[in-house]
Order: sequence, then structure tokens, then C-alpha cells
Amino acid sequence: MIWLDTLVQGILLGGLYALFAAGLSLVFGIMRLVNLAHGDLIVLGAYLILGVMHVTGLHPFVAVLIAAPVMFGLGWLLQTHVLNRVLGDDILPPLLVTFGLSVVIQNGLLESFSANSQKLTAGAIEAQSVQLGPISMGVMPLLTLASAVGVIFLLNQLFYRTALGRAFRATSDDATTAQLMGISPSRVFAMATGIALVVATVAAMYLGTRANFDPSIGPARLLYAFEAVIIGGLGSLWGTLAGGIVIGVAQALGAAVNPEWQILSGHIAFVLVLLLRPRGLFPRAND
Amino acid sequence: MANSSPSTGRFAQVALGLALVAALAAVPLVAPRAVTQDLFGILTLLVLAMNWNMLAGFAGLVSVGQQAFVGIGAYFMFAAVILWGMDPLVGVLIGGLAAMVFAVPMAFFAFRLHGAYFAIGTWVVADIARLLAGQWKALGGGTGTSLPKGTTKDMFGVQWVKDVLDVSSAAAADAVTYWLALVMAVAMLVASYVFLRSRMGLGLQAIRDNMQAARSVGVDPTRLKAAVFLLTAFGTGLCGALIFIQITRVTPDAAFSVLDWTAFVIFVVVIGGIGTLPGPIVGVIVFYILQRLLADYGTVYLIVLGLIGIAIMLFARRGLWGLFTDRTGIDPFPLRHRPPAAPKS
Repeated sequence: MIWLDTLVQGILLGGLYALFAAGLSLVFGIMRLVNLAHGDLIVLGAYLILGVMHVTGLHPFVAVLIAAPVMFGLGWLLQTHVLNRVLGDDILPPLLVTFGLSVVIQNGLLESFSANSQKLTAGAIEAQSVQLGPISMGVMPLLTLASAVGVIFLLNQLFYRTALGRAFRATSDDATTAQLMGISPSRVFAMATGIALVVATVAAMYLGTRANFDPSIGPARLLYAFEAVIIGGLGSLWGTLAGGIVIGVAQALGAAVNPEWQILSGHIAFVLVLLLRPRGLFPRAND
Repeated sequence: MANSSPSTGRFAQVALGLALVAALAAVPLVAPRAVTQDLFGILTLLVLAMNWNMLAGFAGLVSVGQQAFVGIGAYFMFAAVILWGMDPLVGVLIGGLAAMVFAVPMAFFAFRLHGAYFAIGTWVVADIARLLAGQWKALGGGTGTSLPKGTTKDMFGVQWVKDVLDVSSAAAADAVTYWLALVMAVAMLVASYVFLRSRMGLGLQAIRDNMQAARSVGVDPTRLKAAVFLLTAFGTGLCGALIFIQITRVTPDAAFSVLDWTAFVIFVVVIGGIGTLPGPIVGVIVFYILQRLLADYGTVYLIVLGLIGIAIMLFARRGLWGLFTDRTGIDPFPLRHRPPAAPKS
């Protein structure tokens, strides 16, 4: 029974990783951009929510509604003025620019908010749990997984049911032809990054309410998120959810054997999946 | 430049280079220990940067996992000294070899991945190495361990330097590690130049510029890239082991730090000029000046470094050295081969 419990906790943890990864997956799928600053942008989102809560006294679930549009604007500006200039066949420039951004955000936060850990307090809901047969599940982890499924469902609807989604897919498949059809790739990319940062803000809210955070934790989150995206396969959002759950379950199983092995087991699961399926579990697009 | 013949220009450059190396070698004899230690830091950063430049700038392998080799080099040097009772300098060699051995399975995994996947894959493998180092209980596990007191005093050559120069054994140990760092930097520079001017180097640059065309004339990309991956793992491991003789204490987080051993290195190469030989040298100098100028403002130099890196990628992809050669047309390390003269008709 303890194994079943571990498995369930792992799936719930996977929900959080899928949320970290969803924005990344969107951007990666559409423009092949590897955003090494994604983890730090999530942490930035958490500080933004903290700031909104501090000024207005709102609950984190409400504060995220104010923070999200700000992050959308940031994503739009970032893509329009910086990232669009470095996209191209050579993967080095976008990699290095986002790496630079990561260091700038991390140390900017460190200078402004110090290295002290922070937390977004959500009140009584943090400690509540539901009992399902022999297994007890926290309400917050359940909400996280539900949000991950919800976010990915909405992104898929956007992707396959709207004109914007069609533009996303068209640009992803063939940017030059899409341009001939009157789509402006740079605007499409700006929308995509904006949306990715809105998702990152949702992820930031759960990151901040479930555990402490400080400016230095971004890169580790980035690594888990990337593992989820790559395991899932390029361009598949449901694949990203599956990837997040693979990492979450692997980490939970590893931790059950020896707490020091939690992260290691996640990494090893990633390596094993890639050895067997170098393009991930459900690849949609060709790289 | 236009007036002098290539051979006299070449000769003057070699003479200038030798003079510079001689001056650098004399530093421990004349300068205070703090200067020697500072220069040791610069030279080791330079060696790491030249290795990464070889990988990313010439072989097109953008690795974010170089900290794996630094950490493994450091850990095996410690193991050689503490567990196997060897001289630290032998430990450095073992550290370099261990890093190269680790690079073999790492290459089998990472070479299945391309571009961005390769970058993330190497990072994950480096993190695995960090977590495994934390499980090495004989070397302190997660909290790490220190070199036994007096280890560097008994190091090969230290007693001799101490007697000849009449200095304390700590200063003599600094001098020995410093000279080794200088030898590594010069060897790396010369080896890179010779390698890049060779057939293999030409093949490497051909792959970087156009993979299909290179294959069609018989260049084997995987073999060449694997060779560069293993050799730079060796160089990075050696350098990592040497750095940790100076630090004398090793922990998984410090030895496998992505910021110290990969992020800084990437910025140094990008700012100086990726894919150029003198780029890392220029980058290291800029890095050092920034760190000095902004020493009183905490991590502000990192922010400035990041912003400069971004600006370089946006406006001058071949870095400061690329700007310099484009503007002046001077290139003391030409990697281009002159095309054969057109047949006279």
C-alpha cells in the first residue's frame, strides 16, 4: 500500500513539473527556442505575486490574476525586442542570450530581495487533504495537477481550434510559407512567449504556495521542466504532461528508497527514456 | 603589416609571445603571493574557456555540462591523495584521465541528441555526476572533504622551489601550481592552433560550416566530434583538479557548480569571441577587469556580465575579437587557408 501511496504522490508532483514545463513546451514547439531563463522567469513570477500580495493584501489565487497580464507583457517585449533577433538556424545565439538572461534575472532578484527564502501564504487550504480509501492527498497538490491538466487542455484548444493556434502550427511547420499566407512570425512568436509566461505565472503561484523559494532555485526547476518536455516529445503538450508525471513518479520512488536519491532517480529516468526513444515518447513535430 | 613579409611578421609574433610567457613565468619570483593567486585564477579560467571554445565554437557541441569534468577531475585528485596516498600532481593527471573516461559513456548518450537537446542532456548528466559524488562516502558524501594538512607542502617540486627561491612552503606551492596553470594555458593555446591548422581541424570547421558538404568530401563528423569531446574532457578535468589543489576543499556543490565552471566560461568565450582562438584570452581579461571594478557591489558584476553577453549576441556575434579583426583586418592567428593560386592561362 505504501507503494501505491508513493505512486500517487509522484503523479501529483508530476503535475507541478508539467506546469513548469507547459510554457517551455509551447515556446520550444513553436519556435525551437530553448529558453534557459524559463526557471528564473517562474521564480520572477513568484516574486511578482508576492509583491502584489504585499501591496494589495490579496490571496495568492487572486494576486496571480494581476501578475499574469504583467508577465504576458514582459514575455511580449522580451520576444519582440530580444529573442526574435537571435532566432535562426544557429541554436547558439538564443541559447546564450537566454543563459545571459537567466543570470541577470537570478542576480537581479538576489540584489533586490536578498537570498532569504520566501513563501506565498494561502491560508488554511495549505494543510487540507482529502482521504481516498487508504490514500490521503493534499488539496494543494491535487489543485496543482488539476491546473496542469486544465492549462494543457486550454493550450490544446487554443492550438487546434482558434485562428491563433492555426498560425502557431503553421509557423512551427514552415515559417516562410506561413509568412506568404500573411502571418507575421515575429508577432506570432511574441504571442507565444507572452502566453508561455502567463502559464509560468500559474506555475509560480503553486511553486510559491507549496514550498519556500529564493532567487537561486530557478535552474533546478528549469532542468526538471526540460526533462518533462524532452521525455514528452517535441511539440506535444499532452506528452509534456506525461513527461512531468514520469519525472514526478521517478523522483517519488527514488525518494521512498533513499531521500538522497530523489533528484538522481528523476535524471536517470530521463536518460533511460532518451536512450530508448531519442525523440521522446510522443513527438509531433520533426526537429 | 602590408610591408613586412609573412615570415618576419610570424617571427616577431612568436618572439612577442615567448617574451609574454617568460614575463608571466617570472611573476612568482617578483610579485606578492596575492598576485600569483589572482593570475592562477585567470589562467585556469582561460584553460576552461579554451576547452569550451573548442567544443562549442569549433565542433558545434554546445555543452552546458563542463562542470562534470571539473568536478570529476577534482574528486579523483582528492581520491588519489586521500585514499590512495599519491602525490597531488599525479592526482591531477588521474583527475584528467577520470574525466576523459567519464566522457565516453556521456558521449554515447549525448551524441544521440542534437542542438538544444544536447545542451540539456549534458547538463543533466553533469547533475547526475554531482549527485553521485555526494554519495561517495569515503570523500565526505554531501558535505565534502579537505586535503590533509601539509599535502601541498610535500607536493612534487615544492621543496626544491622553496630552497631555490628561499620562500615559505605555501608560497612555493602557489608558485608550482601557478606554473602548471601557465604550462596548461600555453599548451592548450598551441595545441588548439596546431589542431585547427591540421587536416582534422580543417575538417572540423568544414563540418561546422556545412555538414553535408563536409561529409561529401569524406569528413567523418561523429568521429571528429567525439575526439574533440574526449580531449576537451581531459583538458577540463586536468584543469579542475589543479584548481582544487589551490582550493584544498571539495564539496559536490562547489566542484560541480554550473555557475563557476560553465556559466562564467561561456560568458568569457562569448564576450571575447566564440569560434576565434584569441577570443577566450580577450574574454578572460574583460571578465577579470569587470570583477575587479565591481568587486564592492556584490553580484552586480554577474548582472553586467550577463547583459554584455546578451548585447554581444545581439550586435556582434563574433565577440570583441571578431569586432577587432573585422575593423582592422589584423589577425595574428589566421585559421583560414589561402586558396591555391589560380592556374595561369
